[in-house]
Amino acid sequence: MQPTVQIKGIREGLLVILGEGDWENVQASFLEQVDQQTAFLKGARLTLDVGNHVLKAVDLGGLRDELSERGLNLWAVLSNSHTTEQTAQTLGLATRLSKPRLERETRPADTSVQSGEQAVLVHRTLRSGVSLKFAGHVIVIGDINPGAEVIASGDVVVWGRLRGMVHAGCEGNEDAMVCALDLAPIQLRIAGQIAITPQRRGKPQPEMARLKDGQVVAEAWSLKK
Amino acid sequence: MVGKVVTVTSGKGGVGKTTATANLGAALASQGDKVVCVDADIGLRNLDVVLGLENRIVYDLVDVVEGRCRLRQALIRDKRLPELFLIPAAQTRDKSAVSPSDMVRLCDELRQEFDWVLIDSPAGIERGFRNAIAPADIVLVVTNPEISAVRDADRIIGLIESEEKGPARLVINRVKPEMVRRGDMLSADDVLELLAVELIGLIPEDENVITSTNRGLPVALNGKSRAGQAFRNVSKRLRGEEVPFLELSEDGSIFGRLARLFRQGGN
Repeated sequence: MQPTVQIKGIREGLLVILGEGDWENVQASFLEQVDQQTAFLKGARLTLDVGNHVLKAVDLGGLRDELSERGLNLWAVLSNSHTTEQTAQTLGLATRLSKPRLERETRPADTSVQSGEQAVLVHRTLRSGVSLKFAGHVIVIGDINPGAEVIASGDVVVWGRLRGMVHAGCEGNEDAMVCALDLAPIQLRIAGQIAITPQRRGKPQPEMARLKDGQVVAEAWSLKK
Repeated sequence: MVGKVVTVTSGKGGVGKTTATANLGAALASQGDKVVCVDADIGLRNLDVVLGLENRIVYDLVDVVEGRCRLRQALIRDKRLPELFLIPAAQTRDKSAVSPSDMVRLCDELRQEFDWVLIDSPAGIERGFRNAIAPADIVLVVTNPEISAVRDADRIIGLIESEEKGPARLVINRVKPEMVRRGDMLSADDVLELLAVELIGLIPEDENVITSTNRGLPVALNGKSRAGQAFRNVSKRLRGEEVPFLELSEDGSIFGRLARLFRQGGN
């Protein structure tokens, strides 16, 4: 049987690469390895590469607690799964190292979409402290509360109240747009432009913001001919 | 019978977590339930002071977790309510002295004996918060009608959801009805619109809270205090009773004050 856990030294501390298979088993064999090398590992700053495992908060939070009981500090989780990355972010863990990591040879999660542009659908309210970064379009069904941020290289569509920070076209796409049922962000960025929402005038209505002559302009959304 | 673990938390400091914990404990115990309050704010303990039990501490939470005493030895019985107990925090240690799984183990033991285990969480989102939240069945988030407190409450609610302890229930503390009426303070509706969670308590600002805290006598035991009444209502809602929210608006107007004077005079 191939070893399921590899531990390497990297600039940011230790990198642990967990193999495929049942998460319970992988986690158990990892913790066993940690227990055998307590003296060596104690106090280390750990980055965990979980590959294709799809992890929920209980899984990741549980492992983090197990590790902190053993004196190890988990600070980052690398993953091919967007769900796992989101989980890690909500738990306050980093999801990327300072330099971009090497692509894995396969990315089975992404094969379903062949044509068109990438988009992600987020069906929940983003609360303060959540940061969503995506190379593509972002659609949120729910609110974006103050203190939350969404950064996308494409468009951002919010079916709800937008009160946090949104940066659309973050890689310089000046055609990117942001729309929301109630467009009242703390700050709105499109490509290289930054705008602040003016004081609310009357009832909220759906609006769409885009760049016009290098300025961020928001217009009421209506069914134009 | 297995008791419920209720964690009281907030994110921001100073919004009234400890006051809420002490008063809910006192209110539940005065209705005949067996209650233990656990102070999880290791290093900055306060709950013992608010309950007026500071001088009775011999063993604390860390002593129990580290096996220096039995659980029973760390339980301090309240001086007025025979059904109310406290496990104090250690003052000379810090949050890392206890782990989330220690808290789960401790609460599983307490659950067997008590109807309610109330945990007073420290401010912040770090280890102390995770300790407090780990064993929770119900999470109460305390906030004030101020933007900064609401922002932190939003963050905390997000963390509670991601730890799968939700949905959190909200206590809005220190509401000044007069300021709300003038439009100078966020109303309960404003706060609820942003946070989108269930409201379980609306506590008016009340000077009795400060005097009773200084005396170590929970305001929930004071029959005349509006805040005390509000805390008693929260405790009833926790027990599953339907209690209407206090009509706060009357408090500000002259007529409201007169009406209250008459009512107090009447009984």
